[in-house]
Amino acid sequence: MTVLLAQDPTLADFGRDPWWLVLGKIVFAFVFGLLATLLGVWFERRVVGYMQVRPGPNQVGPFGLLQTLADGLKMAFKEDILPRAADKVVYFFAPVISVVCAVTALSVIPFGPMVSIFGHRTPLQVTDVPVAVLVLLACSSLAVYGVVLGGWASGSTYPLLGGLRSTAQMISYEVAMGLSIVAVFMTAGTMSTSGIVAAQASGTTLSLGGFEIPAPGWYAILLLPSFIIFFIAIVGETNRAPFDLPEAESELVAGFMTEYSSLKFALFMLSEYVAMVTMSAVTTTLFLGGWRAPAPITTFWAGANSGWWPMLWFFGKVLILVFVFVWLRGTLPRLRYDQFMRLGWKVLLPINLVWILVLAGLRSIEDWQSRDRMLATAVGAGVLLLITILWPSRQPKPKPTLQEQVDSRPPGSFPLPPLDLQVPPSPRTKRVVAEREPANIVAGSDSREV
Amino acid sequence: MTTSTVLAAAGEVSGGEEVTFWILAPLALIGAIGMVWARNAVHSALWLVLTMLCLGVFYVLQAGPFIGMVQIIVYTGAIMMLFLFVLMLVGRDASDSLIETLRGQRIAAVVLGLGFAGLIGTGLHRALGGTAGVGLEQANAEGNVQGIARLLFTKYVFAFELTSALLITAAVGAMVLAHIERRREDRMDQVATMKARFRPGNYPGPKPGPGVFATSSSVATPARLPDGRLTERSTPEILPVREMTAEETSLKGTDK
Repeated sequence: MTVLLAQDPTLADFGRDPWWLVLGKIVFAFVFGLLATLLGVWFERRVVGYMQVRPGPNQVGPFGLLQTLADGLKMAFKEDILPRAADKVVYFFAPVISVVCAVTALSVIPFGPMVSIFGHRTPLQVTDVPVAVLVLLACSSLAVYGVVLGGWASGSTYPLLGGLRSTAQMISYEVAMGLSIVAVFMTAGTMSTSGIVAAQASGTTLSLGGFEIPAPGWYAILLLPSFIIFFIAIVGETNRAPFDLPEAESELVAGFMTEYSSLKFALFMLSEYVAMVTMSAVTTTLFLGGWRAPAPITTFWAGANSGWWPMLWFFGKVLILVFVFVWLRGTLPRLRYDQFMRLGWKVLLPINLVWILVLAGLRSIEDWQSRDRMLATAVGAGVLLLITILWPSRQPKPKPTLQEQVDSRPPGSFPLPPLDLQVPPSPRTKRVVAEREPANIVAGSDSREV
Repeated sequence: MTTSTVLAAAGEVSGGEEVTFWILAPLALIGAIGMVWARNAVHSALWLVLTMLCLGVFYVLQAGPFIGMVQIIVYTGAIMMLFLFVLMLVGRDASDSLIETLRGQRIAAVVLGLGFAGLIGTGLHRALGGTAGVGLEQANAEGNVQGIARLLFTKYVFAFELTSALLITAAVGAMVLAHIERRREDRMDQVATMKARFRPGNYPGPKPGPGVFATSSSVATPARLPDGRLTERSTPEILPVREMTAEETSLKGTDK
C-alpha cells in the first residue's frame, strides 16, 4: 500500500517543478495532441475503410501512415480565401479559439503516476487544480465560440446556420455532460483529475439492502448510467457523427467551415481531432481508471502501475475510445435535428437527474443503521414498483388490417394495385433458349489441315 | 496554483499574482470600453467575453478557483453564448445607428460615466485601501469547493432554493408565454401527411415545370399535363396566365 501511495500524485505534488520540466510537459501535451491528430485521421480513414470493405489510404508511407502529413502539407499551400462579406478579425480568430480550447484541456489530464525525470520526482501531468474537471468543462464550453464565430464571421448563409445549430447543440449536450460528471464528483469526493484517478484505484464494497457487495473501482461500471450518458454527450459536444449536424454535408454544404480554406480549415480539422482525443482522455480519466492498468494485469504483475508503464495503459484506453468514435461514425446515420434535441433534453437529461437523485439517496443512507437502511431501500423500491404498476397505460386500439385500410379510402383516391397482385411473366421477356447442339469436332476435320 | 492559493490566503500579494493582474486588468478594461465602443452588436458581445474571462482569472487569483471556473463556464460559456445566439438570429448587419437623437448626449454620457467611475473608485479605495483580508484561510480550510458547498447547503440553503425556484418560475413563465399549444389531433405526423398526399383532389406526383409540352418556353406559359389540359400550378402565382395570340405563336420566318 505504501508503494501505491508513493505512486499517486496529490495536489501538493504540483507546482514544484523547475521551469524546464514545466515547459517539457507542456510541449509533450501539445505534441501529443498534434500526433494524435496525424495518426487519428489516418486511423479513422483506415478503420472506416475496413468497415466499408475498401483499403483506405495505403500509398503514402508504410500502411499509408504519412497520408495525413501529405494532406496537411497540401493544405498549407492552398489559396487562403477571405470572403468579401466576412468579418475579418473574427474570421481569423475563430479557428484559433477552437484549437486553443481543445489543446488547453489536455493540460489537466493525468498521463501517468509520479516518475523520475533527471532526478526530479514529478507527476506525469502538466498541472492539477482542485477544480480540474471544471477547467475541462470551461474549455469545452469555450470551444463553442470557435464554431459559432466561424459560422457567423463567414458572412454567408450555410455557415451561419451551422453556427446556430452548433450553439444550441453544444449548450444542450453540455448540460447532460455536466450532470453525468456530478455523479463522479459525488462518488470520488474531489474535482481534481489526479484525485479521481486515485479514487478509482481499488474496488469498494457497496452495501445494498444490508448486503455487502464488492464493487469494481472503475466508475464506468459503478456509475454505468453516467458513463453511457457522458459518452453520448461528448459525441454531441465534439460534433462527431452521428451528431455532426453543424457540418451536415447533405444539408449545409460543410456547415460552419464552408467558407474556410487552407490553413484555417486545417486548424478546424486539427481542433476536431484533438477534441476527440481529449474527450477520450477525459472519459478514460473520469470513468475508466485513468492511467491504471486494467484489472487482470495487476494481479500477476505488481509493477504495472509504476514507472512509465501506466502511459501504455492510458494510451491503450484512449485508443479504444477513439476507435468507438470511429465505429459510431462508420455505423450510424446522422440524426435529424429535432430528434437530436429530443434525445438531449427529453431522454438524457431526465434519466440523468433521476439517477443522481437515486445515487444521492444511496449515499445519504450509507451511514444509517443496517435495519434503517434496509427499510429505506425497501420503501424506495416499493414506491418504484407501485409507480410502475399503477402507471396509466393506454390500451392500443386494434390496428385495422390492410384490406380494411384500403376499403376505407374515399372514392377517387389514387389507384392502388390489388393487394394479392401476382406479376405475370411478361411475354416480351420470354427468351428463346436454343438447344444448341454441342459443336461436333469430327476427328476427320483435323486431317484436312495436314 | 497551490502556492498562489496559500499566498493569497496569507493576505499578501505574490509576484506572480501582481504580474497576472497587471497583464489582465488593462485587458479587462479594454474589453469593457470596447463593448461600449463597438458598433456591431456581436463585436460588443465579444469584448464583453474578454472582460468576463479576465474576471474569471481574477477570481482564481484571489483563491476562489471554484467561482472563477463557474464564471467562465456559466457566464462566458452559456449566457454570452445565448446572447450571441439571439444576435445571430437578428442578423449580422444589426449595427447601431449613428444618428444622435439627443444633442450633446455622448459628451454628457462620457462625463457622467467618468465621474461615476471616479466616485466609486475613490470611495472604495478610501474605504478598503488599508484593510487586510481576514478569514480567507478559515474559509478555505477544508478546500474552496467544500467550503462553498457547506455554506450553500447549510446556512444559505433557504436563499439558494428560493433563488432556484425563482429562476425556474421565470423559465417556465417564458416558455408558457412563448409556447403555442397544438392539440394532438391537429398534429400531422408522417403517416397522416402521407395519407393526405394521396387523398382525392391532390396530385401526389411532382409538379410539372412551366412550359412542359407547351408552345412556348416562357415561365408564364402553363405546362400541359399528358392529357393536354393546362395546369395552373406550374406557373408562379404572381404571374397572370394567358394564352399566346395567334401572331405570337406563328412562325417568325427565322427557322428554316
